[in-house]
Amino acid sequence: MMETKETVLDILEEITGTDEVRENPDLDLFGEGILDSLGVVQFLVELEARCGVSVPASEFDRSRWATPRDIADRAAEWAQ
Amino acid sequence: MIFMSPYETPFYFIVFGIAVAPLGLLLFFGKKRLWYQCALTVFFLYMSFGGARYKQGIALAAYLIFQTALATAYFKYRQKHNAAPVFIIATLLAVLPLALVKLSPVLSESLSAAGFLGISYLTFRSVQVVVETRDGLIKEFGPLRYVLFLTFFPAISAGPIDRYRRFSGELFAPPGPDRYAELVGQGIQHIFMGFLYNYIIAHLLGHMLLPLVKEYVLSGGGFLGILYYMYVYSLYLFFDFAGYSKFAIGAACLMGYDIPPNFNKPFSSGNIKEFWNRWHMTLSFWFRDYVYMRLMLFFLKKKVFKSKVAASNLAYFALFLLMGLWHGITWYYIAYGLYHAAMICLTDAWLRFKKKHKDGLPHGRFTRALSVVITFHAVCAGFLIFSGFLNELSERM
Repeated sequence: MMETKETVLDILEEITGTDEVRENPDLDLFGEGILDSLGVVQFLVELEARCGVSVPASEFDRSRWATPRDIADRAAEWAQ
Repeated sequence: MIFMSPYETPFYFIVFGIAVAPLGLLLFFGKKRLWYQCALTVFFLYMSFGGARYKQGIALAAYLIFQTALATAYFKYRQKHNAAPVFIIATLLAVLPLALVKLSPVLSESLSAAGFLGISYLTFRSVQVVVETRDGLIKEFGPLRYVLFLTFFPAISAGPIDRYRRFSGELFAPPGPDRYAELVGQGIQHIFMGFLYNYIIAHLLGHMLLPLVKEYVLSGGGFLGILYYMYVYSLYLFFDFAGYSKFAIGAACLMGYDIPPNFNKPFSSGNIKEFWNRWHMTLSFWFRDYVYMRLMLFFLKKKVFKSKVAASNLAYFALFLLMGLWHGITWYYIAYGLYHAAMICLTDAWLRFKKKHKDGLPHGRFTRALSVVITFHAVCAGFLIFSGFLNELSERM
């Protein structure tokens, strides 16, 4: 589970091009304009490729997947 | 029996208040009776689709039977299998009634008989259920809850477009007395804001000011006249639609439902992307989730394009072209869609540029204000295309 969370942060860092996602786990990714729909799709594709976790796009509700911490938690839930 | 469209006159609210009162009383005691909501639904559908509009009522009934059969069959199929072609056929079938109605001006006028007020909003909901069934997200499905979801009458004619899983949760679980008291407070506030927006401001702008501006432009108002028209029409569109959404959200609150918002200060947006996150939100989120993201997932997984940017731009054009066509098969709706697609691609390019040159660009209250003003004008220019007024103007010349 920790592994998935770590990979999630790696992916987020690559996509957003900023280490802020690691430094501030409660960063409002969409509100700050750091992540957008394209970023979400890239994230979902990478998550499936690296962790074998397939999260449907319609599950990615921005209010529940708002921060790096949220995303890591949700992805870990889906990994189980 | 008095027949009327949802929120057509203040009288609708009186009828609504009386009819919904028993439901509210039950909710104050933490209880819910589904049969009463069913009875309310039948009553309000009859009020809006009966009488002189009985043909629309028949079309609605046929639509509901068709979509319920389709969704039930696909749900049953999906429990055991998951073939892509079946999913595609199910999606196309869900869109078919709306497509026929929209294409009736080009194909055959008789097809328009399948139409009724709100068919597009019901179609958005139908497609969503098919897609989420495919994703395995819809675990429970029943014909009754599906029909209640499609025909949730406070939002039937123009949204907000709710999500099945969210609605389903609220359908069976009453909000609890304290939460319901909160919802009633919010609901009343929404409805009164709706009166202000829709019945007063939109009425003044659309029915009193707009005809005068139109007259001015047609009598040779020139560029300045068109500019006036653009401002008045854009503000009218906002107050009319945002007011209507407030009615729908307020009415839903009084029934114990917390349906999603549709407008969030759209004219305060700093760019076009932000605008679409604030304007007709449930519609743009629908297009984002079920058109743009689906296409992008397909493009990226199958590596169709070398460049992610090219893929994204194409997906934006697909999204907005579809949104334009949905408004109607007329050149200015299609132009409106293409205009917004171009705008959003430009915005994306600008945002990428900004990210690269973060330190070299000024950033502060003044640049924010400037970006809001520019966005407002870009959006209003889009509404001017959308209004069809340029079409009317060119025909007169």
